[in-house]
Amino acid sequence: MTSTELGKRFGEDSICLGAMIKDAGIAALVTLVLAMPLFGARLSDGGGGELQFRPWWVVIAVVTVFAGRLAIILWFTMRKPDITARLPLFDLTVARLSRHKRLLFAGFLFAVAILPLLPIADRWVVDLITLVMIYVMLGWGLNIVVGLAGLLDLGYVAFYAVGAYSYTLLAIHFDLSFWACLPLAGAMAALFGVLLGFPVLRLRGDYLAIVTLGFGEMVRIILINWSTLTGGSEGIAGIPGPTFFGLRFTANPASGETAFHQFLGIPFGSIHKLIFLYYIILILALLTHLFSERIRRLPVGRAWEALREDEIASRSLGLNPVLVKLSAFGLGAMFAGFAGAFFATRQGFINPSSFTFIESAIILAIVVLGGMGSQVGVICAAIVLILLPELAREFAEFRMLLFGGAMVAIMVWRPRGLLTQRVPSVRLGLWPPRAARDNSP
Amino acid sequence: MEYFLQQLINGLTLGAVYGLIAIGYTMVYGIIGMINFAHGEIYMIGSFIALICFSILGLAGVASVPLAILVVLLIAVLFTAAYGWAVERLAYRPLRGSFRLAPLISAIGMSIFLQNYVQLSQGARVKAMEPLVTGGFVLTEKAGFQVTLSYMQIIIMAVTVILMAGFSLLISLSPLGRAQRACEQDPKMAALLGVDVDRTVSMTFVLGAGLAAVAGVLTTLQYGVIDFFIGFLVGLKAFTAAVLGGIGSLPGAMLGGILIGLVEAFWAAYFSAEYKDVAAFSILVLVLIFRPTGLLGRPEVEKV
Repeated sequence: MTSTELGKRFGEDSICLGAMIKDAGIAALVTLVLAMPLFGARLSDGGGGELQFRPWWVVIAVVTVFAGRLAIILWFTMRKPDITARLPLFDLTVARLSRHKRLLFAGFLFAVAILPLLPIADRWVVDLITLVMIYVMLGWGLNIVVGLAGLLDLGYVAFYAVGAYSYTLLAIHFDLSFWACLPLAGAMAALFGVLLGFPVLRLRGDYLAIVTLGFGEMVRIILINWSTLTGGSEGIAGIPGPTFFGLRFTANPASGETAFHQFLGIPFGSIHKLIFLYYIILILALLTHLFSERIRRLPVGRAWEALREDEIASRSLGLNPVLVKLSAFGLGAMFAGFAGAFFATRQGFINPSSFTFIESAIILAIVVLGGMGSQVGVICAAIVLILLPELAREFAEFRMLLFGGAMVAIMVWRPRGLLTQRVPSVRLGLWPPRAARDNSP
Repeated sequence: MEYFLQQLINGLTLGAVYGLIAIGYTMVYGIIGMINFAHGEIYMIGSFIALICFSILGLAGVASVPLAILVVLLIAVLFTAAYGWAVERLAYRPLRGSFRLAPLISAIGMSIFLQNYVQLSQGARVKAMEPLVTGGFVLTEKAGFQVTLSYMQIIIMAVTVILMAGFSLLISLSPLGRAQRACEQDPKMAALLGVDVDRTVSMTFVLGAGLAAVAGVLTTLQYGVIDFFIGFLVGLKAFTAAVLGGIGSLPGAMLGGILIGLVEAFWAAYFSAEYKDVAAFSILVLVLIFRPTGLLGRPEVEKV
């Protein structure tokens, strides 16, 4: 739009401009009220009752909101004529890309698989991507519960904790290797999921959410207080790392033992262990992905989706809702258990503060922001939520603020998430229906 | 026996506070059927505003304690109510008519946002204030153990009873209360008959936030220590109280609050203080399993 056109628009709609300023003024006024107590005065730490007044903070907040609100209104008014053309641009791009879904996915996988072997991969990069992949795996695990079965689980981190502590205790007390413990940790978490799920899965959606949240907190409180078993809030250190077919990743192995670098005859490098961990989590995450891609086509997966869409209808068609939900709950928990065991072996140290509610909220946010039920969406969301904050260290203190804000904003603007996939996995006849296909570009 | 009596008094005081917060949950759930997860954070903001007000009054040299408490109650309620209104307007209203879990997820985001907002603007460290109201009555004394009812506990109970009475009147007699009950039964029909549903919902949030602010002022006076994280646990317990009493029912919220307060006080006194939160959550689970409608709630009929 040229400047003359802009001027004309404003000339014609001067009343509209007045209304805009009024609207922005109201927003600024509300901000003034909200910001006055908490921005305007800062309490001193501890007692004392001293205050530090910061009028400038309030002024800045009010001006920012006024300008921002005005900008948003102007933006929406000006682009109104071509709103229909602009709006689905993002979806269109996604739709175009998703036609080559398999190719893209294969390419992406290849890139991830060779990444640690490239020269750019130092310790920091490998470790960071390992962290992202843990969250991708947790996201995919929770996706089974939230995305496929439609059960909002706010205590998912409890199963993560169960997996981590199962592995740690088994490895330390019974001297079992990581590979022996991994299935046990998963089974333990799944058992926990079934035990916890059994009494509460009859509840309606949001009650279930709060009860699972309560469970998550209970597990954490028990971990803190049962200090004879779990080491209390100090946690447990000295968790053994994983072994590569019995070969340990250590610079100086015990006598009679061959370490990984000695076996291969290469000099010891601490990055070997990181790369090994990287591939373990890559494989674990891929297993989770394959599992959920396959199971959603099986009868039980279809039952999850049916129950998610309409519980009453599914029940009247003979599905047993408790059993169906329980299977989703248990399987989701199992993958959290695997991830937990991996987390413990990677850290070498665990304590209850790694398993707080905020962790559950992050995993849930990954699933929700990615678009519930979408596997690719989880990857995108994990990259956005885990990788970006790690890269932007100077904004670290704003991380959770932006995080909460993003959760609200996405719910308001795209309640179905960034990449939505709420079509049934298995369907009869043509999909999408012919009319819809003909209209699409 | 003396020990029991003392715990009874402590539990009732704690329960009164939970009850005040629980009303916010129960009213919102009654009208729009969502769990306002950020309500605990509203309570936390109320506590912070209260502490800031007390500090300002202290700096201004207000010597009269009753006057200070009244002024702080008023200011904290007004500002916190503004927060309640803004939260509803920004995070929940655009989601009306969206899929069921959307408001809950938005509320969780709002809760995280508010926590970090307060942490960033006020700092993460604990804030404290000197107790303003000290002393109390000694009810009985036996074998060196005193049962005391502090003035502060009396204030908490008196304020709660007065507010509850006023609130019951508001709901049963005022036009706003009538509109609220109408929206609770059938929002669409209420809208057709000329009730401004959006405004009623806004007012519900404002009232709930106001009560949470009162709870914040009272607990700040009673315990004197706050930080940005207090809203989470208290909110969860108050929600438990609302469910226990039967969500949607105002007397139920108060009853549930008092029961949760008593359970917590007695559990901490007779069993273990570490597991008192576990006790409160176990009650939530047990109630939901065996009596999902709560003590005073109506059964929910889902029509197809």
